[in-house]
Amino acid sequence: MKTQFLLNMKDISKEYFGNRVLKNVTLQVKPGEIHALVGENGAGKSTLMNILFGMPVIGGTGGFEGEVEINGEPVTIDAPHKAIDFGIGMVHQEFMLIPGFTVTENIKVGRETSRPSLLSQILSKELETLDLEQMAADARKALNEIGLNIEEYVLVAGLPVGYKQFVEIAREIDKTGIKLLVFDEPTAVLTESEAERLLKIMKLIAQKDIAIIFITHRLGEVMRYADSVSVLRDGELIMRTAVKDTSMVKIAELMIGRKAQKYVDSVPGRLESEEIALSLQDFHVDMPGEMVRGIDLDIRQGEIFGIGGLSGQGKLGIANGIMGLYSSQGKVSVFGRELDLGKLGAALANGIAFVSEDRRGVGLLLDQSIEHNLVFSAIHIQEEFLINLKLLKLYHRSKARKHAQKMIKLLDIRCTGPAQKLGSLSGGNQQKVCLARALTLNPKILIVSEPTRGIDIGAKKLVLEYLLNLNSQQGMTIIIISSELVELRSLCHRIAIIADGKVARIMEPDAPDAEFGLAMSGN
Amino acid sequence: MHKLKELVLNNKVVLLFGLLCIAAIYTAQNPLTFVAGELFTRIGRNGFMVLALLIPVLAGMGLNFGIVIGAIAAQIAVFWTVYWGYTGSEGFLLCLLLSTPIAIFFGWLVGRMFNKMKGAEMIAGLVLGYFADGLYQLFFLYIIGGIIPVYNERLIISGGIGVKNTIDLTGNLKYSLDNVPMLHIVKIVLAVLAVVSLIKIILGVVKKNPLGHRSWIVLGAAPIAYALTFVPAIKEYLSSDRLLLLHAVLSGLGAVIVWQSWLIVSNKIRRRKEYSLIRPLVYMAIAVGGCLLTYIKPVEKILLYVKIPVTTYLCIVALCLFNAALLRTRLGQNMRTVGQSQTVANAAGINVDTTRIIAMIISTTLACWGQLIYLQNIGTFSTYGAHTQVGQYAIAALLVGGASVKKASSKQAVIGVILFHTLFIVAPQAGKQLFNNAQLGEYFRVFVAYGVIAVSLAMHAWKDRGKTKEPNRNRV
Repeated sequence: MKTQFLLNMKDISKEYFGNRVLKNVTLQVKPGEIHALVGENGAGKSTLMNILFGMPVIGGTGGFEGEVEINGEPVTIDAPHKAIDFGIGMVHQEFMLIPGFTVTENIKVGRETSRPSLLSQILSKELETLDLEQMAADARKALNEIGLNIEEYVLVAGLPVGYKQFVEIAREIDKTGIKLLVFDEPTAVLTESEAERLLKIMKLIAQKDIAIIFITHRLGEVMRYADSVSVLRDGELIMRTAVKDTSMVKIAELMIGRKAQKYVDSVPGRLESEEIALSLQDFHVDMPGEMVRGIDLDIRQGEIFGIGGLSGQGKLGIANGIMGLYSSQGKVSVFGRELDLGKLGAALANGIAFVSEDRRGVGLLLDQSIEHNLVFSAIHIQEEFLINLKLLKLYHRSKARKHAQKMIKLLDIRCTGPAQKLGSLSGGNQQKVCLARALTLNPKILIVSEPTRGIDIGAKKLVLEYLLNLNSQQGMTIIIISSELVELRSLCHRIAIIADGKVARIMEPDAPDAEFGLAMSGN
Repeated sequence: MHKLKELVLNNKVVLLFGLLCIAAIYTAQNPLTFVAGELFTRIGRNGFMVLALLIPVLAGMGLNFGIVIGAIAAQIAVFWTVYWGYTGSEGFLLCLLLSTPIAIFFGWLVGRMFNKMKGAEMIAGLVLGYFADGLYQLFFLYIIGGIIPVYNERLIISGGIGVKNTIDLTGNLKYSLDNVPMLHIVKIVLAVLAVVSLIKIILGVVKKNPLGHRSWIVLGAAPIAYALTFVPAIKEYLSSDRLLLLHAVLSGLGAVIVWQSWLIVSNKIRRRKEYSLIRPLVYMAIAVGGCLLTYIKPVEKILLYVKIPVTTYLCIVALCLFNAALLRTRLGQNMRTVGQSQTVANAAGINVDTTRIIAMIISTTLACWGQLIYLQNIGTFSTYGAHTQVGQYAIAALLVGGASVKKASSKQAVIGVILFHTLFIVAPQAGKQLFNNAQLGEYFRVFVAYGVIAVSLAMHAWKDRGKTKEPNRNRV
């Protein structure tokens, strides 16, 4: 009984540029077992899978520590095709399918069946003729195995989203000698009935003694379908247990875990006003990867309102939709006035300022000076910092310079002066400039998306404390959207958790960990 | 009705230029026999080059403006062949032998370059063409005569350095491919078939996997067919190098009928259930209808007037078959995969870079052969001008045929050549009729070439945009 585990990843540690993302994690899977791998974003799930598949990103950043064993034999997997050779396959979250190919061609991609021809025998195997009939037969067999009744000759482009996932599975099944299949959040894009079907197929596959690693955030699915579960948090393995020995609440609690440090020392002041600052009704946003599917929210004046949830669930879509960066439907009112959602800039004109999560892409002009970055929105939206000569308007240089200097001092932006190019600042200081620019508009409502992404702990504290100050001293309504629950819980009056593009729950910051965990996984 | 609308929308580029052609022919009032004659010459001259563009499109590298480099390889070979004094089909073969390795080398270089700038292949190819033109001029204006001693009054500028502006190919390479008699081709094809089936049989015996009885049949039939070419009547017919269009059309239609009847018979023998008779019968009816059409007076007049160079046309047909055959190999499938998604190709273990380089090598080599065909047909070699417009004209023709940056087929290439060159032929006369000034028509020609590229790219972009919006809407 030495080789009990099909896959045994022992004491895996990984560092990205001095940042430890995995600490002595062990992952063990038996043949025929469905093993769930759960954890928040950034817990280390994808890094672990990248190591398993020998993705170039691992080797390129100094490799990893620890050992990988397959059937008890230590192996080195340093390239994706080696993983394939060991019988490891993956069903991707974002489909690795070619829309312009038929189902057969997609299932057989890179592994086409072919017959030798005269030229191929002389020149190269690459010139062998495709055996289209055999390919279709193989595809048919794989499709039948998972009980999918679609014609193998239709184009993938025309298939419903749910079916595409099944085509991916069929492709993995068709590979000879497949021993381990990784499902990366397979149900994230599926409807309920499709998800049900997929999970049944997963069980079916497991019965053929194929081991399955099931990455998901839906704890309900874990409880119903998985045999065992590993919980990762902050790069550490918190628990590995059989599903029958644990409960959904327990897993949720372990997944979130109260982290010791608090980012800010003070607490938000009491909320007094009852006036509604921002109201969303049946709000939909068509943002790829962050779909919002019908949200109702009322945010009071003077409130710090947190929006949390796992990535891909739609929390980012809300802010981008309000600002008009992606097309949206529904009703948005600001202090009772309805926004024209079709018009870009309507939100800005109504006193909403936005600090984007995509600093470099949407937020900043990296080649321009700090001063220009601070004032350009105000110039365009409010015609501030301009000398009005009726016929033409000139840039009010001295006023802009003065304002920039004030902001630099206020937010402690570390720079050589207002004329420094933004691109040469550190991430934290760039974020401060973003914030300063939003404040230059004198907004009534400030939406900050992922305010602390990619900045160090010191800057993090400063940014968050400044937000708190803005709220308590100026009474500004602030909406913070963040993947870091700790951040939200130390800052906000109320926190809405978004799952599947909808509000799962609105909670007080001191609600128990398990509640947050369950809300995030859509329960 | 809906289907009809879709059909029109999907083919709007072709339809637009089709209408333009008809209008231009109508205004120009050129005799139809003249237009048809010119057109068939031009198909033979340019068809090959346009078909050389297909493979890069397949591999996702867009329209290959880099075919100019293939043309340059051909021209280097033509110069030396003329200089060494080889003529006729001998000279043409020497050109092939010389230019092919150069083209393969150039294609490899271009492919490596394109791999370094994925996503910008078209603009890279265009600029690369200009750059290569610079090097070409340096070579022909200075190095030949200046560094490599070349003495030839006909070819070299009187100072002894640099090649003359035009080289007359009359008497050496002109029509060297067009004039190859059918008899030769038939003999060569038969010999190749015999050798191939012999090798197949030997390989089958050695590797102990007999490749079936087909090879034996071919091996037996080839000598019989070869013997038949000695029958005086057949010999006389085949020893000509041009084929009357009427004969070509009739034999083509005849072949369709024979082939379809063979399909029916063979399927009846095998008793395949799912086989339906309707399709072959429709084809046969169309073929018979086509035969009847040849009796209409104006059509008959054209068919009796035009003569096509058989060998050149066979080369074009062979290239179409080659493209189709390549698609059915692993390599072709890899190219398609790479063209559709490099990420998926990578994940499936396909070597993306190598596949792309192979596509470029094939395209450059084909372009080189295409330029050889062009030069031997046109008969004068404009040393510094022959290659410069090659990319633009070939691409314009392909686009007119309804191809796009992402999708192109042999059919589109052929339709494109026909439409584009019809416009080209009748434009000057149409200009003269409309504005009383032939010069304007001449401008119109140039305008057509560049306008076509702009218009069809814009129309395709428009079509594409309509498409990409659809899936998004479905997801909400």
